[in-house]
Amino acid sequence: MMKKNSWRSRLFVALVLLFNYLPIFIVVLYSFNASKYGNWAGLSLQWYEKLMGNAQILRSLKNSLLLAFSSCALSILIGTAGAVGMARSHFRTQNLLENVSMIPMMLPEIILGMAYLSFFSILKVSFGMVTLIIAHVTFCIPYIFINVQSRLAGLDPAYVEAARDLGASPTRAFWDVTLPLISPAITSGALLAFAMSMDDVVISFFVTGTTSNTLPLQVYSMLKMGVTPEVNALCTLMLLAVFAALGLYALLRRVLRKRA
Amino acid sequence: MLGKPNAAKGGKKRVISPTVWPLYIWTALFVALPLVYVVTISFLKKDEIWGVTNQFTLGNYLSLFDPVYLKVFGQSFLVAVSTTALTLLIGYPFAYFTAKFSPAVRSFIILLLMAPFWVNSLLRLNGWIILLKANGPVNELLMRLGLAQEPLKLLYNGGAMMLGMVYALLPFMITSIYNSVEKLDWSVIEAARDLGASPAKAFFTVTVPLTVPGIVAGCVLVFVPSMGLFFISDLLGGAKSLLLGNLIKNELMQARNWPMGATLSIAMLLFTFAFIGIYKRVTGEKTLGGIK
Amino acid sequence: MPQSILTLQNIHKSFDGATVLDGISLSVEAGQFVTLLGPSGCGKTTTLRIIAGLEQPDEGAVILGGADVTRLPPEKRAVNTVFQNYALFPHMNVHRNIAYSLRLRREKKDVIDKRVEELLSIVQLEGYGRRMPAQLSGGQRQRVAIARALACDPQLLLLDEPLGALDLQLRRQMQVELKALQQKLGITFIYITHDQEEALNMSDLIAVMNGGRFEQIGSPEDIYERPATRFAAQFIGQSNILEGTVKQAMEGRAQVELCPGNFVTVNGDFAPGERIALSVRAERIDYGNAAQYGFHLTGAIKLHSYIGGVLRTTITLPTGQELLITGANPVSTYPAGCTVQVFWDPAVAAVVERGRAQGAR
Repeated sequence: MMKKNSWRSRLFVALVLLFNYLPIFIVVLYSFNASKYGNWAGLSLQWYEKLMGNAQILRSLKNSLLLAFSSCALSILIGTAGAVGMARSHFRTQNLLENVSMIPMMLPEIILGMAYLSFFSILKVSFGMVTLIIAHVTFCIPYIFINVQSRLAGLDPAYVEAARDLGASPTRAFWDVTLPLISPAITSGALLAFAMSMDDVVISFFVTGTTSNTLPLQVYSMLKMGVTPEVNALCTLMLLAVFAALGLYALLRRVLRKRA
Repeated sequence: MLGKPNAAKGGKKRVISPTVWPLYIWTALFVALPLVYVVTISFLKKDEIWGVTNQFTLGNYLSLFDPVYLKVFGQSFLVAVSTTALTLLIGYPFAYFTAKFSPAVRSFIILLLMAPFWVNSLLRLNGWIILLKANGPVNELLMRLGLAQEPLKLLYNGGAMMLGMVYALLPFMITSIYNSVEKLDWSVIEAARDLGASPAKAFFTVTVPLTVPGIVAGCVLVFVPSMGLFFISDLLGGAKSLLLGNLIKNELMQARNWPMGATLSIAMLLFTFAFIGIYKRVTGEKTLGGIK
Repeated sequence: MPQSILTLQNIHKSFDGATVLDGISLSVEAGQFVTLLGPSGCGKTTTLRIIAGLEQPDEGAVILGGADVTRLPPEKRAVNTVFQNYALFPHMNVHRNIAYSLRLRREKKDVIDKRVEELLSIVQLEGYGRRMPAQLSGGQRQRVAIARALACDPQLLLLDEPLGALDLQLRRQMQVELKALQQKLGITFIYITHDQEEALNMSDLIAVMNGGRFEQIGSPEDIYERPATRFAAQFIGQSNILEGTVKQAMEGRAQVELCPGNFVTVNGDFAPGERIALSVRAERIDYGNAAQYGFHLTGAIKLHSYIGGVLRTTITLPTGQELLITGANPVSTYPAGCTVQVFWDPAVAAVVERGRAQGAR
């Protein structure tokens, strides 16, 4: 009785989803627009061609992927090790450390950006990939940490005890039991961190160097300059990649479930 | 007690697992230290060209009360509040209705909502720019329908900026609230109905109070970034709409006034902390549980 | 002289200042089925965890097969555990769960496969190797947990309420199977339960635990027929505890006054004036027109209730205390309200407390 949606609430949900996808549809549509300007002038693939020839965009995409992968990997290591270690530790500054390491997630991005700009300048660190990675790892860690921590809290300690009882050393028990059981949490944290890294404009804006433009920054400057239909083609391709990945993931899960 | 390494009689012994150290060091170096540095330079005078001098001053904080800054503060606050209110108004019913669907439909809707997240938000915002352009589809539609004689100026104003803000931040509000609503024990609402509450009464006296943690988490997640997303006001709002984020960016990159940038950041930080403080007070939760 | 496979020496353990184990000692012979029986919170799980090495005692020693293993980590002990909720690794199938300890020992693949097959047949789950734990029923999971714990031929198998999660029917069936398995394998079992029926049914030796101490250690028959303490008497079976003062002591026998004019006969040597508490099983009490065994105990029948198989009778004694009696006969010749003489064979009553203190309850 209670758990039924009326047609009006269904319509509402559909409309909000439409709102979410409307600009995306438009972008996809206009990526095939023959005209360079806003008006519609028939189908064309020229923007995809132009995109493939645009070295700047391609380089920034490469930079962004490199940045996202490396900061994800580093933050997985630091965040997971931290969460696992925290669960086994008791020390006085533990709560403080936890709260401070979570700050990047709650802080308006611009504050972290400004902090890094001034901090790295005073230390005379040259801006580029290194500063970008440091900044991205910092805001990625909390996503991993929180996910892993809550999974660990919900994990029955008996699993690890059973492994120890059956002859596994603490380290071995971690690799055999704890890690596989927290890996879904690591994965979902990493996916979010990856998206955040690929999407970040604000922090990157402050810590990037001249040779390390990221994709979002490249797009930002292109959009500020004006008409850029290549960007639409890029968006379409990325969307395609995301949905392909999602489809693959769903397929993989179904296959795995069948095999089990 | 010698020779009895683990003989702690239940007392909390000081144990630091070695795997905590990377996090510890990283946090100290790249979170705590930069933030302390920001606080420090907010009390220093700016140098002629760029950087800071070693002279202590409270001048930066006094300048906050400069009408120019106050105006931006006010504007920024207004934008943040309206963005929060709008996302809440759209997000709550959406999350509520979504939670009422069957589990399969539910997770599909959430997936649909989150999927574009992995595509750069700027690329998506570009969709709105195209739509609202003078020669874009919306204007064309309006003119064809005879609702407008000439292209309306839909872009580069406060409205377009608000649209962009709501668009960019709505998913955060929805997922926070959804996490709360999903955990709801529906039999409690049925009990309220059984005890004589009308659907509306049951909603406002039972459902809403039970989902307050999600609401507040969502509000924090929307309010906090909405003061700083300078690129949205840059791209959709035009030069006229200044947010706190734009102001800080300009102080840093154009005026090269780091101390002022730092001071503005700290003012913003205090805003944020006040908000998170309210969140913790209201929900009694330690972390922002609504965050995915 | 049979060899003691496990000895616990004066184990103490407390958590956050609360004493959980207060000096327990136990000696287990190889091949025995030993049950730790007690209410929840009595310390039985902690005892098991200390034997397994999952907890460290604050004081005392754990001797396993002649060697002191008190400070040895769990992976270094030839002891395996069947956990309360089985703790089957949810990300491994049945085969990998059972093979886990063998893999850790770097056994060859064909040796492992053979052993796993063997274990699966021991627990009657042939062909289940590829299933995931989530696809098994409670009873099947329990069997897998046992097979996994048996894989490395432990000297000692610890079982923490392994039947607790099963329904009554299955539990009864598993009791029989477990006991048969233990006898077949000849492995020493240390078994935890709060269920007295399980304990009596399966064990060679029962240790009754309460408040971090052993109240009594003995065979099921000992525990049931000759409870040593008031707790042991009340926790197991349906007992009546009667208190009185020794009035007349003779060689091996005494007359105990429960209240003026009411005497019961007790076997044993006592001094006049001694306060004692007796435990008498409900099914051992008889009543009728005439007393026997030199008893003089009058009571009024308060209530008969037929509870299937037995008739439960409540008799109110002059002291006000109510005696609970169960009899095999579904109908009683004495209706409620009758006054009857109550008696029992002094040999079946156990003295659970004695001392000079007056008025001890």
